[in-house]
Amino acid sequence: MTMNRQGRQTTPGEGAETVWETFTGNRGLLIEEALSFEYGRLDRTGVDLDEPEDVAPRLGGLQRTSQPNLPGLTEPEAMRHYMRLSQKNYAIDSGVYPLGSCTMKHNPRLNETIARLPGFGDIHPLQPVSTVQGALELIEMCAEWLKVVTGMPAIAMSPKAGAHGELCGMMAIKAALEARGDARSKVIVPDSAHGTNPATAALLGYKVVAVASRDDGTVDPAAVRDKLDEQVAGIMLTNPNTCGLFEPDVIAIAEAVHEAGGYFYCDGANLNAILGRVRPGDLGVDAMHINLHKTFSTPHGGGGPGAGPVVLSEALAPFAPLPWVVSDKDGLGLVEYDGEAGDAQPFGRMTAFHGQMGMFVRAMTWMLSHGSDGMRQAAEDAVLAANYVRACLSDLMSLPFSSRPSMHEVLFDDSFLKGTGVSTLDFAKAMIDEGYHPMTVYFPLVVHGAMLIEPTESESKASLDLFIATLRDLAMAAKRGETGRFEGAPYHAPRRRLDETRAARQPVLRWTPPEATEPEPRAQAAG
Amino acid sequence: MALRYTKDHEWVRLEGDTATVGISHYAQEQLGDVVYVELPEIGKTVAKGDEAAVVESVKAASEVYAPVSGEVTAINDALEAAPGAVNEEPTGGGWFLKLKVSDPSELDGLMDEAAYKTYLAEIS
Repeated sequence: MTMNRQGRQTTPGEGAETVWETFTGNRGLLIEEALSFEYGRLDRTGVDLDEPEDVAPRLGGLQRTSQPNLPGLTEPEAMRHYMRLSQKNYAIDSGVYPLGSCTMKHNPRLNETIARLPGFGDIHPLQPVSTVQGALELIEMCAEWLKVVTGMPAIAMSPKAGAHGELCGMMAIKAALEARGDARSKVIVPDSAHGTNPATAALLGYKVVAVASRDDGTVDPAAVRDKLDEQVAGIMLTNPNTCGLFEPDVIAIAEAVHEAGGYFYCDGANLNAILGRVRPGDLGVDAMHINLHKTFSTPHGGGGPGAGPVVLSEALAPFAPLPWVVSDKDGLGLVEYDGEAGDAQPFGRMTAFHGQMGMFVRAMTWMLSHGSDGMRQAAEDAVLAANYVRACLSDLMSLPFSSRPSMHEVLFDDSFLKGTGVSTLDFAKAMIDEGYHPMTVYFPLVVHGAMLIEPTESESKASLDLFIATLRDLAMAAKRGETGRFEGAPYHAPRRRLDETRAARQPVLRWTPPEATEPEPRAQAAG
Repeated sequence: MALRYTKDHEWVRLEGDTATVGISHYAQEQLGDVVYVELPEIGKTVAKGDEAAVVESVKAASEVYAPVSGEVTAINDALEAAPGAVNEEPTGGGWFLKLKVSDPSELDGLMDEAAYKTYLAEIS
């Protein structure tokens, strides 16, 4: 047989194992990117603008006299700049994103299509209500569905994120207490709570009373009863809690708080674990925020704004904030002012307009496309995935709370790393080298060196198996004493280990040009 | 006088009726690099177990509780610019505050060095 030796060589030649420093500082498709200020030029622009005509300034002498020092980029430069930055971003669309307590689940593309329909995407909150009847109907429909799935009688749609929702719910509790002439001074918060819970209580002037978790990671109603008195406005309890455990005594806790004249605020951040299986209204909840950006698949983190509608009990319903949608003879309208509120006593308003319209559309799309059975299955699959990860890792990694099954997230501590010289942080950094966003680390604070993994319902079994195999490989490497793999990690990321201490102690909050007067700043790689 | 320790890992050193307060070597090790310390105002009265200061590390923010009751007479201003002193010399230059103690007998319930060491062995 004759062989064609003319073709392109497809295997690496000698020396391929050596890592060469590149001339550009780029590493293949990993492009070093300078700040736009560092390679832009004042005399360059991507847009041709007419010279301004002579106009008499009306700024009373405050108008600027010097150039504003904006970077001038051509259109291709601007495109490349943002494209390259976006390529450095790790997102749910690029891989497994197992941040516990943050629920980075898939954002279905159908949501995006529907949200861009002109009737939803191209409207303005100040348009006459007669021209946005469809949008108002969607807000009302979303509100109704959220009330049904939570088993709660009332809802405030406007809060714009989880913590904003917490503030809304706690303001309703405060308003209800004050309306009965019973202003109180304390709020009970378990030690496993999201940090925003005590922060919310403190923002409203309440003193935070902490309750320690039991050895099994849940809250003891007896410990809550010990702290209850006539000064306790309520409790803020997350269920399932941040250890990924369902609070088995939640009803007893709610009853105890109610008997003492307080209210039960439930942090609903983890509703995605129980949706379709448990209705918070049946647990004695008085107020609970719903993170549409977690449970209902709307974008999260840098991907989009949050949305935190708050469901309310009968007792708190009269104090819900403005505005809300009503139906009258002319169709749908908005109650915008106290005077229009009838017998209700709204405590005020949380936002200028009606809330995160774009997120209502996406959440409603998710609910309609899943149906009640699909929503329940999403919760069940999320719990199944977390327990699968747990079952596959529990022989190598350590579970602080092994007596109860996990819900949508599984919590490990660092005792399996004891004596290895590898810390939770090192372990997380080594995951970056493997191409994974690390799980939540060092939270919740109730366990040592916490690693909180939430796989969500989005991942296939094959994807979970590769993730599990990676963590097993890392755990075994740590136990074998291969500390080098960890102590310098990440080795393969665009930046090596960052100096978090120096970043906190001496933060550089403002970029300053190296030589501001240089006429043609040279292109410079960020160092 | 030698150091006395609380179960929450504060130490206290009594000289006359002035108690100097800080966090233990174990506590700073657990917290990791300290990046910020929030100190009380001079003249503030704290009861034993009250929150007296806040220490923030790269990992978490934690309350520092008053090991004994008293009035704050001095605070370690130097920690504002150099919070790393809490890591470097937790029981020396990394002290947090001084209290004029109202009831010195409150120190009796605290652990001495040996008892604290035993306690650490139990919890770790």
